[in-house]
Amino acid sequence: MMVQKTKQVEALTSNYAAAYAVKAVDVDVIAVYPITPQTTIIEKLSEFIANGELNAEIIHVESEHSALSAVVGASATGARVFTATSSQGLEFAHEVLHIASGFRLPIVMAVPGRALSAPISIHGDYSDVMNARDTGWVIYIAATAQEVYDTVIQAYKLAESVLLPVMVAYDGFLMSHTMEPVELNDEEEVRSFVPRAARPYTLNPRRPVTMGPLASPDWYYELKYQQVLALREAYKAAAEVDAQYGRRFGRRYGLVEGYRMEDADYAIVVYGGAAYGNAREAADRAREAGIAAGVVRVRLYRPFPTEEVLKALEGVKAFAVVDRAIMFGSPAEGPLYKDIATAMYIHGVDKPALNVIHGIGQRPIYVEDMYKIYAALRENPRRGVVFMGVRI
Amino acid sequence: MTLPKATELPIGAVIPEPGSTRRNTTAGWRTLRPVINDERCVRCQLCWLYCPEGTIVEKKGVFKVGGRTYDVRYEINYDYCKGCGICANECPTKAIEMVPETP
Repeated sequence: MMVQKTKQVEALTSNYAAAYAVKAVDVDVIAVYPITPQTTIIEKLSEFIANGELNAEIIHVESEHSALSAVVGASATGARVFTATSSQGLEFAHEVLHIASGFRLPIVMAVPGRALSAPISIHGDYSDVMNARDTGWVIYIAATAQEVYDTVIQAYKLAESVLLPVMVAYDGFLMSHTMEPVELNDEEEVRSFVPRAARPYTLNPRRPVTMGPLASPDWYYELKYQQVLALREAYKAAAEVDAQYGRRFGRRYGLVEGYRMEDADYAIVVYGGAAYGNAREAADRAREAGIAAGVVRVRLYRPFPTEEVLKALEGVKAFAVVDRAIMFGSPAEGPLYKDIATAMYIHGVDKPALNVIHGIGQRPIYVEDMYKIYAALRENPRRGVVFMGVRI
Repeated sequence: MTLPKATELPIGAVIPEPGSTRRNTTAGWRTLRPVINDERCVRCQLCWLYCPEGTIVEKKGVFKVGGRTYDVRYEINYDYCKGCGICANECPTKAIEMVPETP
């Protein structure tokens, strides 16, 4: 018989869950600038440091551009680092996102997603995260506080194995400021799961190297192609890290999660917490009404889990992709829809797929809305974009 | 010179040792190379003066060209010449020709 360990369960917001995970992996340097809805992560981490529970250097900076720059510098010396931001802060740090990935620094950043200005909105959607999707970062989108905790730990393992920065995103406010029970791992166990690995190059006066040199046309392309290869490697590594984590701590998610997909005819593809929860509830109701409904949640957004998504949607007659961000002027305005459409085109798959834009600036997504999508898919499977929940 | 492949370069565009610029040349992006026709060169020094990279080398010696004797000759250091063409543009006797670089 297995010895039952007492599990520590806390009521935590997703922001606090991220902070607890950062404490568990024992980071060295945290750089911070407050921005809603990210601020409470850093408040919690400051508290840990003040209480002596976490031995880390906290750098108070004057902007998000500086915050990410500071962790780039710290990470270059070989330190384990963390930062977090949202919305305009992520946009302001955008330039440095490319530098972090170009330097191949294993930075981990939490991003509770928030709408972008103008007009100012402090509320949640994924416009900020989606704008960062082509920066060479690995991007996870979590759906529960528990998953935020587990993913931040996984993120360090992944980042330090493939040498890429990793972003852990989740719903602003709907997750960042709402409490859920979170099972915390034993911190010693976490630290043995994510041991500090030696890095090939760090800033060290005893072994001088140059970081951030100029690359003329005869060097630059090869170095960028290295990043392409690194993200492909990260795709395999992310699945492996998730499996290892599952074996050690008993929780795993996969890169793509399915709900009632075994025999589903109609599927809704989502990312993030609110959309996933409501879609699942709607799928249950649709099943009661005789619609074979299922939900697919994309958990790893970059690198895009093409294989898993195609496999998950293999058996469906039609599906809808619910996007909580807008790509203005795009052939279809939803970013996830575009990725799935591209994946399907490349692999010669052709089936009706609807793009539903919803939840922009935290416009409420109701279970009823999701249910309507299932009903519409069954009645009239079609292609195109629908702006749901907007007054037109 | 064969440059390393994407998989052979250090990760993160790091230069892993100091002083590499002494070894690495900086003319890799040149598409046209200047070629000096010594017959037409009148040693006016304008190319040497105008070259923004200082890659025109002034050589001392005794140089018999056609029926004349010069105590100086101009050559180009192709390790650092970026191929901008300013020398060819400035040369009053059209002694410098820009020739396509072969890969």
